[in-house]
Amino acid sequence: MSQFMQVFLSGLATGSIYALVAIGFTLVWQAAQTVNFAQGEFVMVPAFFVLVGLHVLHLPLWMALAMAMVLSILVLGLLFKKLVVEPILPSGGISLIIATMALGILLKESVKEFYGAEAQPFPAIVPHDPINLFGAVVSMQDLMNLFLSLGIVVLLTLFLNRTRTGRCMQATAQNPAVAEILGVDVKRMILYAFLINAALAALASFLITPVYLAKFSNGETLGLIAFIAAIVGGFNQIRGALAGGLLIGVLDNLTATYVTAEYRAALPLVLLIAIILLRPQGLLGTSEGRTV
Amino acid sequence: MGGSWLRYSLIGLLVVAAILAPVGQGNYFTYVLTSWLIFSIAAMGLNLTLGYAGQISLAQASFMAIGAYTTALLTLAGWHWMLAMPVGLFLCFVVGLALGYPALRVKGHFLAFVTLAFNTLVFLVLRNEGWLTGGNYGLIGMPRPDFGLFSTMRQINFYYFTLAVTAVAALVMWGIVRSPWGRAFKALRENPIRAESLGVDTRRITLLAFAIGSAYGGLAGALVTPLVQFIEPGSFGLVHSLRILLMVVVGGAGFFFGPFVGAAVVILLPEFLRFTEGYYLIIYSALVIVMLAFVPNGLLGVGALLRDRLRPARQRADMVEGARLK
Repeated sequence: MSQFMQVFLSGLATGSIYALVAIGFTLVWQAAQTVNFAQGEFVMVPAFFVLVGLHVLHLPLWMALAMAMVLSILVLGLLFKKLVVEPILPSGGISLIIATMALGILLKESVKEFYGAEAQPFPAIVPHDPINLFGAVVSMQDLMNLFLSLGIVVLLTLFLNRTRTGRCMQATAQNPAVAEILGVDVKRMILYAFLINAALAALASFLITPVYLAKFSNGETLGLIAFIAAIVGGFNQIRGALAGGLLIGVLDNLTATYVTAEYRAALPLVLLIAIILLRPQGLLGTSEGRTV
Repeated sequence: MGGSWLRYSLIGLLVVAAILAPVGQGNYFTYVLTSWLIFSIAAMGLNLTLGYAGQISLAQASFMAIGAYTTALLTLAGWHWMLAMPVGLFLCFVVGLALGYPALRVKGHFLAFVTLAFNTLVFLVLRNEGWLTGGNYGLIGMPRPDFGLFSTMRQINFYYFTLAVTAVAALVMWGIVRSPWGRAFKALRENPIRAESLGVDTRRITLLAFAIGSAYGGLAGALVTPLVQFIEPGSFGLVHSLRILLMVVVGGAGFFFGPFVGAAVVILLPEFLRFTEGYYLIIYSALVIVMLAFVPNGLLGVGALLRDRLRPARQRADMVEGARLK
């Protein structure tokens, strides 16, 4: 039982980080019909901004983190929108999807060539010590990751539901034309979605990289898991992405411990096909009557 | 019609060029040419899925893996390549149907996600099931097909063998896109609602396009096995699926000859750009993004654009929407 608790809690902790990535993905999808296949790389890159800050510019950790956050928002938010999404969106969804795939390769190869191909150690933001909780030994890092990412999700939800700007963003996502008529600055709201996505990706990067080490190829699995989390939870809302992320984190850990460690990476495929066959709108999604 | 005469003589010229290309060249150049043909076949299949049916598949390299491993295992067991290859093709077709059936039930780019995840599964199976696939070490020593008087052990003979297979594959594809089926693919791409109202079963047609496209991936894989005579899981990863997808896009999705041009760019260009070393992929992916912004129809799209400038009267009614890449 204590082993189960342990596996479950650390699954929740990783899952909450997946949720951050999935939420960002959902926001951008809703705001600009952009399926970002470089989302995994968006989580990989900020960790390397931090490493550059630490080892090249010799900044203290907190300054390196702050710099990485600002850089991520600028590069992965603003520049991504201005240089990739805006010129290509008029060409259609498939073009944009392929462009984001090319962007993923670009980011991955750049990190590999300009920083290094080996996995780099990454400083932990929160202490590592194991603590005892209901008879299970849980690492402090896991607990802090869980609390921090859930805290971020709560803040984001409050922002989207309780502030004027947040509601304008929701209106834009639901119906841009009507939102525009009602006086919402639609363009600005879409830009916010991109900036928030970049910030969420950077936060997820800071939290998850100490667990996995920083490596240029980290994005491949992370991206896939984030897509699946968004789809499993239901594409049209934040709650869905949160639930999907947590579910995948827990299931992944349980599979690795109790079923098969060799095939744990096949879990996303199984989940994806199950959800399409059983509940295509996602666990928490509302049906839109989708068929081809 | 003058246009089609020009086209046929152009195709004839290309075939002659393909026959003469390796004459007097070294083994390495012939090897590169052969892999260009093989990747053209894989890209041709994906072009049917992407360019004609408008669905993204990210698993073309996985289908190549299925074709390659099936052929390898059977030829190692003593089968002739001509018998082993169809088994691989059939397997890819069936897996394509099984994978596409759930993914195409729902609207959106679900096939992209399903095939993305499928890549991981194929890689895991190839790596973990060592008793069958040789695990990380892969399989080695597969024989090349022997046709009595014509042995393909010599590199140049294997090139001609691949060229013949490519020609047959291209003719079959030509037949598919000009058949009622192929016209249904195009109808679907140009105006799905109207196609559906005219009785085109959208789902079945898209599913078939994907399964046939996957079988072409299998054929390419079946040719990789005797060419390299060594296969391992790493040669069929996600990166390679993306590479094939970019071939289709760069060449021009929805154009019949797009895959050949795209594969040439992706396979031959690195040979000429050796001096860029590791930066090659960075430059290439950046160029793809720029291309998608300015000429989303690919290199052949540029050609069509120029032709329309010179002779603006000709508007192909079946290319108005294109592959929705513009």
